[in-house]
Amino acid sequence: MNASLQERILKVLTAVAPDIDPQQLAPDIDLRDQVDFDSMDTLNFAVGLKREFGIDVPDAHLRELASIARCMKYLQARLATDEPPVRLEP
Amino acid sequence: VSIQFRMPALGADMTEGTVVEWRIAPGDTIKRGDVVMLVETAKGIIDVEAFHDGTVEQLLVQPGTLVPVGTPLALFSGEETPAVAAPAAPAAPRVQISPAARHRAEAAGLAIETLVGTGPGGVITLADVDHAAAAPPAPPAASTATAGTAQAAMRRAIGAAMARSKREIPHSYPAHMLDFSAARDWLEKFNAARPVEERLLYAVLLVKAVARACAEIPGFAGFYRNGQFQPARDIDVGFAVAQRSGGLVAPGLLQPASKDLATLMRELKDLVARARGGHLRSSELERPVITLTSLGDEGADAAYPIIFPDQVAIVAAGRIVERPWVVAGQVLPRPVLTLTLAADHRVSDGRAGSRFLGRIAALLSEPGDL
Repeated sequence: MNASLQERILKVLTAVAPDIDPQQLAPDIDLRDQVDFDSMDTLNFAVGLKREFGIDVPDAHLRELASIARCMKYLQARLATDEPPVRLEP
Repeated sequence: VSIQFRMPALGADMTEGTVVEWRIAPGDTIKRGDVVMLVETAKGIIDVEAFHDGTVEQLLVQPGTLVPVGTPLALFSGEETPAVAAPAAPAAPRVQISPAARHRAEAAGLAIETLVGTGPGGVITLADVDHAAAAPPAPPAASTATAGTAQAAMRRAIGAAMARSKREIPHSYPAHMLDFSAARDWLEKFNAARPVEERLLYAVLLVKAVARACAEIPGFAGFYRNGQFQPARDIDVGFAVAQRSGGLVAPGLLQPASKDLATLMRELKDLVARARGGHLRSSELERPVITLTSLGDEGADAAYPIIFPDQVAIVAAGRIVERPWVVAGQVLPRPVLTLTLAADHRVSDGRAGSRFLGRIAALLSEPGDL
């Protein structure tokens, strides 16, 4: 696990949804199941990630932001290639 | 003229509020729409706006005080905003009051916006002014701070408003299933060409379609007050926002029919953030004349919502789900959206409701024209 990447993701999450306590989040559980993340939250999260990492997540990839762990994996892949991964894990 | 500024009722479910902070001091000049104080309600902290231009004379209530709706909080001097305007002017104030009643209200130091009209069409009459002037100052309410958490307070407020709605309003529930593929395809194309900051959610299409249908088909936007329907001049659409801790609040997007989708999306983002983080404005809670609740991707297929009094209609949009759909004799998979309308049967009937939903569906089938 990349601690600093996770910290940066949680910082973004806290900025876009201040009513979420990042300490309470389980990384492997979908945010919608933990904190009622909805489509507006996901969009705001993607906007925040772009600001932090310079990566624009297309609509078709938004499901990769469903949980913190999935988001880390996705960002690692994107940051490594600076291109959208051709094939993502289901 | 000295005008009493009273604790406003920010929606039918509010009975009391706590003055958290004054944003004004005696001697300040204020304009209609300025934020004059912060009030804590069951819906969170609300920025309360001035009803009119004037100068602050005196603050009557200390921060931290919990008071019932209608309690005088401050004295302003100044002229009331003229309430008589050409009926066709879209920006005309909503309050209607007879000249004699206006004169008496001013003499009594009553803010006209706080008066309830019982005359024809909700006009404020002399009797209404006398009634308000004679009302004894409400006794200080017992503090609810110890009675439960903020969530419990919100749940109680929702319960009270919904129980009143079910008691008083005969609900009629037409529903309409529609093929959402035109809107979905249009949105996919729109979003694919834009950076994430400029993308739209389909909720803005729903908001705009509802507002336009309201403008075209009467009977669904307005308030039912004093035994009759008062159609809205301005179609402000309440948008139900769920709170993570439970409960919901439905602040208004102001006149969405006249705004482009990008503007509406910016306003919706801002509104949702403030609905969850605080600082909704009082006008956003007072003005909505119809509500839209969108259940979202994880929601149920359809819902049968309860009208938020004194409104007369609420539209529920279920989740969009792939279903078999018959197109020109062929069964094809299509994204299907079910719209449900709860309408006040004192104002409209099922036929008008069906037409209203049909109009929303037609507008959604031509998303490029929204």
